[in-house]
Amino acid sequence: MGDGAKSLLLHGAILLSLFGLQFVLPEYHQLAVTRILLLAVFAMGYNLLFGYTGLLSLGHAMFFGAGMYGAGLSAYHLGWAVPSAMLLGVACGALLALLVGLVALRTTGVAFMIVTLMISQVGYLATVYFTTWTRGDEGLVMPEAARSFTLFGHTWLLTDPVTRYNLALILLAIAMAVLLWVARGRFGRALVAVRENEDRTRMLGYHTFVIKLKALLLSGAVSAAAGAAYALMFAYIGSSFTTIQYSIDPLLYTLLGGAGTVAGPVLGTFLMFYLVDYASELTNAYLLVTGIVLVVLVLFFPRGILGAIRERWLRWLP
Amino acid sequence: MSRRPVNAPQSPARRRTLKTLGIAGGAAATGLAPTLFPRAYAQSEPIRIGAQFHRTGIGASYGRWYERTATAAVKLINDEGGINGRPLELVVEDDGTDPKRGAEVVEKFATQHKVDVAYGTLFSHVVIGSSPRAGELKLPYVVVSEGYHVASGALNRYVFQPGITDVRSQVISMAPWVTANLGKKVTMIFPDYAFGHDHRDYFSQAVIALGGEMLELIAIPPTESSFTRYLPRIPSDTEVLYHVMVGPGVLTFVKELGEHFGSNRPEIFGFIDSLEAVDLATPQLEFLEGTYFWEGNPRYAQPDQTEHDKFYRAAVGVDDNGASVNDPKDVSTYAHMFGCWETLFIIKQAMEACNYSGPADRGAFVEAMEALERFEEGREHPQGEKVFDARIHQSFGHQFISRVKDSRLEVVHRTAIEDGLYEAEADYTTMAL
Repeated sequence: MGDGAKSLLLHGAILLSLFGLQFVLPEYHQLAVTRILLLAVFAMGYNLLFGYTGLLSLGHAMFFGAGMYGAGLSAYHLGWAVPSAMLLGVACGALLALLVGLVALRTTGVAFMIVTLMISQVGYLATVYFTTWTRGDEGLVMPEAARSFTLFGHTWLLTDPVTRYNLALILLAIAMAVLLWVARGRFGRALVAVRENEDRTRMLGYHTFVIKLKALLLSGAVSAAAGAAYALMFAYIGSSFTTIQYSIDPLLYTLLGGAGTVAGPVLGTFLMFYLVDYASELTNAYLLVTGIVLVVLVLFFPRGILGAIRERWLRWLP
Repeated sequence: MSRRPVNAPQSPARRRTLKTLGIAGGAAATGLAPTLFPRAYAQSEPIRIGAQFHRTGIGASYGRWYERTATAAVKLINDEGGINGRPLELVVEDDGTDPKRGAEVVEKFATQHKVDVAYGTLFSHVVIGSSPRAGELKLPYVVVSEGYHVASGALNRYVFQPGITDVRSQVISMAPWVTANLGKKVTMIFPDYAFGHDHRDYFSQAVIALGGEMLELIAIPPTESSFTRYLPRIPSDTEVLYHVMVGPGVLTFVKELGEHFGSNRPEIFGFIDSLEAVDLATPQLEFLEGTYFWEGNPRYAQPDQTEHDKFYRAAVGVDDNGASVNDPKDVSTYAHMFGCWETLFIIKQAMEACNYSGPADRGAFVEAMEALERFEEGREHPQGEKVFDARIHQSFGHQFISRVKDSRLEVVHRTAIEDGLYEAEADYTTMAL
């Protein structure tokens, strides 16, 4: 069996397992996994830029927030239906990524981290400043009309946990398919080339700025899709989702699961979510516990869990 | 354990019965009489209250005292026979003062811990972020937040705030005394986000309605750590400076305010929210001497302290200075935390009124809560009497205005309940259960 077939088989099995999980999971974990799937989509978007292109952003909350506010505000103030609000959220994220890329991609390394951090902070402050429309830190609850939608002749209730779970899974499957297509194609190889040696890639005739801009555009759109879906599925938007914490979270998910692997961010999101969930039942210092676990992991698995597995056993893992 | 369906249509007669039961339960709950229930309930399954507290994050100092207050109230309720003969159990989860985690915690309460009621949340954004999930999971969510979000009608039928007044009511009830005693020309300094905007909008309206004048509205961005460049905007003919600053910047704010005015200052009125859990004897706060504060409940035991406050203060472990009896530097959030105490007794009252037996009765519990009308001052309501507007799921009560003297707060005025009333703009009772 070729590497491509193995890869498709593995990721198909992951999606099938996630589909099957909903039938065996207790109610709480079904709700928790729904959130995890959406956060994993966010992390996968982040991983595209960080893991494959080598650009460490500290401002990805702005893309998650662009999706969240694009979808949420259009549903709240304009009464847009869920599908169109969702599409607007993704478009907002892509547009923001394009604008940010034109500025931030003129920098590299630490400067890129700082620029993305600062622009993201502007985004956070904007959500607070325009409180007349956003209600700032308090946020907005989605209206009743945005808790269901009709598509393909079927009415989908976002209040129904099974519907939410499967819609989140569909979004994850789309993100995974896009990431697999990128990772295994010419574009993905160009991204990795930029990550490994940008000067050499440029010397070979590639326009590395355009490659990085495309990566950021795709990364921003995927992250925004996660944010839009989060707003619409859980019926709340607020500025806290645009704070630095939500820029650090996808970085941690990616580092833990394995940067530069398609499924790594999914695994990392699962582990981090449950680590916090269980540790917080045991101690108030759960963030300390989380921190120690991360330090240990970075010491022993510097490439993350799937990164280590790829390095030692599964060289074909995309 | 017998359980009855809650999906059956509720007739008006049943609502009247619930209302009667609610009043009767209230009368029983507010008395100092012997307990209604046997003390021995070793075989009874506990009633589980999901306590969503801010153990970490920006609200941690409030959360610590909310938890202590709730624990003391639960102990008292259990010592006196529990609810419907069953003991009360707090299931505490930390929401990290974060709306995302808050919503997850509410889901955990409803589906994993399977609590009967969720309770206790303070910070507005956590309440607003969590309430859609509480409503969709049909889990009663009884908050102690003081935000206007419950009363505004923005949330849902399962969210209540019966144990503490909301910011709109607090603010408008201050205006008559402030304009009559401190001055009619007012300048406001407030944080430039939703909480500050509620103060700005409702206090301004109230002052203007009373014939006063708003000279300047100074909004401070939330990331600001120094305030000197905003202070020159305070007009020189300001008679009253109204401030509400929350967060770690408050000490700097007061210090810079003192440097700006020196000894020649207008009257100053603020909300104690800024200085909850902060010792007023802190050196940077000397400038506050002689200024006035809103207090939800007086931090310092007053000469006319009621027996109820004395009892409540001792039960929670707070000394006459508003600090922990175990550590005088551990200052409480006394102006707010009474809401946790009172809310648990209100939950008890409603559960007894509807003969609550388990999660299947959550709908009946919501209706029993909506049948409540008044809470008399007493051991269960040490802050004072309250009236409850079922349409907006919100209580209205007395407020206190205190003056700083010798680094202590002395109450100079107690508002009437009527001072804080406003017309309801929503009606949750018309929403489906």
